[in-house]
Amino acid sequence: MTSDQSASTRPSSLRSLRIENLVKEYVPGKPILRNISFKAEGKCSVAIIGPSGTGKSTLIRCVNKLIPPTSGTVFVSDENITRLHGSELRKARRKIGMVFQEFNLVERLSVMENVLCGRLGYIAPWRAWLRKYPGEEVDRAFELLDSIGLLDFARQRADSLSGGQRQRVGIARAIIQEPHVLLADEPTSSLDPKTSVEIMELLVALSEERSIPLIINIHDVELAKRFTTRVIGLSKGGIVYDGPPADLSNENLKEIYGGTDWLQ
Amino acid sequence: MTTVTKQEYGSPFRINWWARAGWLIAVLYVMYAANYLDVSLTRFIQGLGNGAAFLGEMVPPNFARWKLLVGNLLETVEIAVIASAFGVLFSLPVGLLAARNLMPPWITWPARTFVALCRSFHPVIFAILFVKAVGFGPLAGILTLIFASIGFIGKLFAEAIEEISLKPVEALRAAGAPFISVIIYAVFPQVQNRFIGFSSYQFDANLRNSTMVGIVGAGGIGGTLFAAFQRFDYDFLAAILISIIALVMVSEFISIRIKKVFQ
Repeated sequence: MTSDQSASTRPSSLRSLRIENLVKEYVPGKPILRNISFKAEGKCSVAIIGPSGTGKSTLIRCVNKLIPPTSGTVFVSDENITRLHGSELRKARRKIGMVFQEFNLVERLSVMENVLCGRLGYIAPWRAWLRKYPGEEVDRAFELLDSIGLLDFARQRADSLSGGQRQRVGIARAIIQEPHVLLADEPTSSLDPKTSVEIMELLVALSEERSIPLIINIHDVELAKRFTTRVIGLSKGGIVYDGPPADLSNENLKEIYGGTDWLQ
Repeated sequence: MTTVTKQEYGSPFRINWWARAGWLIAVLYVMYAANYLDVSLTRFIQGLGNGAAFLGEMVPPNFARWKLLVGNLLETVEIAVIASAFGVLFSLPVGLLAARNLMPPWITWPARTFVALCRSFHPVIFAILFVKAVGFGPLAGILTLIFASIGFIGKLFAEAIEEISLKPVEALRAAGAPFISVIIYAVFPQVQNRFIGFSSYQFDANLRNSTMVGIVGAGGIGGTLFAAFQRFDYDFLAAILISIIALVMVSEFISIRIKKVFQ
């Protein structure tokens, strides 16, 4: 599932993310990402692990062009994202769901309004302003909130929720976009261990249910091994491991993070 | 008994000769200027006597011409309300355009320059300009206070927007929301309460200023006040001043109620 395979891709009906030769330099000549290529397709969950500052967040923000890549190409379900600008880019971003470390909810809006934020790309601003969402979208939002156990909180303000509940709202906001790929940037780093496990379970369950490829930046190797079907190890801006979590050896981890003292 | 040799540390604080010289110069200049402008205690005490005589003539206040007074007060309130409504309305886009965290420099610079121009003159100077431009009457007062409002709350709006958290903005951009929707959903909820506070404060300021722009002929109660003053109509003047105080207190009361509704 590496670059050699993705070179000969045929159009497929599966939802997919394909990254080819992605390079990002904040300072010319000092790449933070060097030639990243991988593909994720259909029902799969990919953990991206690596030390802080190695470009994990930059990598997933290059996918939806929140950070423009220096070179290389990103395809979401075979649509080239990298060459898009303006309203075309906006339309393409609707296909990319994103979950954040600090949830990034609008604290003063209600839970329901925060979930429906995921539909803002589909409706005109004046309709959004008047809260005139299509009835079936509102119904879906209610169903989604019900399925993640937050139905009773729908009309409460987001800042009245606990961390785990907020992250659930963040996930619902991404899922209601009906994305073709789900990106999660350290979704559990602001949460306690028990809640982290629950959030990982929810992310994996929702993505599998809907066959949305899930890409998770995560620094907790144990969580990554437990919940994902594939691990990509980043070190110094390049991929140094790409394979199933079971095969991830201490040697690999040493290469990814450096040093051995932290391994037991 | 052993002898303890005490070590000499010197002064614990640094002596700033520049600051001392600065203070000395400031004090000398104030004395010189007071002397030059003939500011003296004797004159002040004489003035107190005159003031007392003036105040004596103001009692009792004369509300005989209450119809004129009420008409003028209503005009003053109208000027303040219209100017506040349009001032806030125009301040919203101007403040947004001037916010450096959402807009590129080539937009924020013109917007900030415009706000700075609106702030640079006292309302009375604007009033003189607008009386020349559109003639005597309330329109000049309204235009004056609209510009004053933009200068004041436009700047506060921009600063409030610059202090928001950009995290929800990032999330909504990532979801493909149009820019206007991002403003409505991720920016405005974060600043709404402060905007309401600024606006009600500005309405207060507009009410007070609208009592004054009349002095240069821009409508409202100020014109009548100035005329009464020049005709030595001090009892009527007192009635006007009392009405203005009452008006400002009523508006203060209303604005407290309005803020409570939105909290």
